Amino acid sequence: MELDLKPAVDQSALFAFLVRLGDNALILGHRVSEWCGHSPALEEDIALSNTALDLIGQTQLWLGLAGEIEGQGRSADDLAYLRDGYEFRNILLVERPNGDFGKTLMRQFLFDAWHYLLMKALQNSSERRIAEIAEKAFKEVAYHLERSQDLVIRLGDGTDESHRRMQAALNDLWPYTGELFASDDVEQTLSAAGVIPHPQSLKSGWDEIVSTTLSEATLQKPDDGYMHKGGRRGVHTEHLGFILTEMQFLQRAYPGAVW
Amino acid sequence: MSNEWPLWEVFIRGQHGLNHRHVGSLHAPDAEMAVNNARDVYTRRNEGVSIWVVKSSDITASAPSEKGPLFDPSNSKVYRHPTFFEIPDEVGHM
Repeated sequence: MELDLKPAVDQSALFAFLVRLGDNALILGHRVSEWCGHSPALEEDIALSNTALDLIGQTQLWLGLAGEIEGQGRSADDLAYLRDGYEFRNILLVERPNGDFGKTLMRQFLFDAWHYLLMKALQNSSERRIAEIAEKAFKEVAYHLERSQDLVIRLGDGTDESHRRMQAALNDLWPYTGELFASDDVEQTLSAAGVIPHPQSLKSGWDEIVSTTLSEATLQKPDDGYMHKGGRRGVHTEHLGFILTEMQFLQRAYPGAVW
Repeated sequence: MSNEWPLWEVFIRGQHGLNHRHVGSLHAPDAEMAVNNARDVYTRRNEGVSIWVVKSSDITASAPSEKGPLFDPSNSKVYRHPTFFEIPDEVGHM
């Protein structure tokens, strides 16, 4: 009889990774949802709200699985609404303020290009539940990328004003892209076990998507200088606190409130 | 000339085998974005398998003032309706 000798995946690493993934989707989803009712056109308003809802839906799946793996009885809602800032593990890019519409789209594009590659790769995860969520998310993320990429090109290669704004957005956000490919013991352990791709393995694909798009958008790719990081280990900018204040208000003021 | 994006009429095919149906309109700078916007505005609840968009200005409509000459003459021609035939029971539902 053949025994299944595959070692169990390190559960605490799995939990840490899922929280990082879930928090990225949650914080970006919240940021994008801030545009609801404020977008420059009705059609864009609905499109951005759809993106926000997709991301929050993905959050539910990632944080739900994280809670299950942690085994302490915490639900996705508990993780989203009852943690403090230092316990959040999203990268700093997603908590950057929305700025103007162009800056929101530039942030979305830089994130989507990475998110797309990650979801694509995670469909081959050795952890079945991760592969299943990634398969569902991939279709949504592929559309997010198609849309943000298209708009970055249109606005970059648009009027003088839109070009200027897109270049400024790119310059401002670029130092936050390094954290997309950062790794520590969590990623080392999980990539060695075939659960996730190594973050660095996504870099060349991302560079290609970004370079092609930016050149089509007639935008100048900034040099890789100093890269901000810290969100992945709970060291955030002051912006996260404001996001959580708004997002968590109800559960903090009326603990356990349901509808 | 206004700065507004042009208006597009949106047609969605709900299922394979059905015709595209007019579902509404929206604004977009060009056809490609009109399709994207239509996807976001009109297929959020799994309504479609295919989208057509056409510039509203490219649609030629019949004039309401010509309603009489256009449509009234067919009113009194009941013999154009296939209602004078007895359908044998064996045919069943048609």
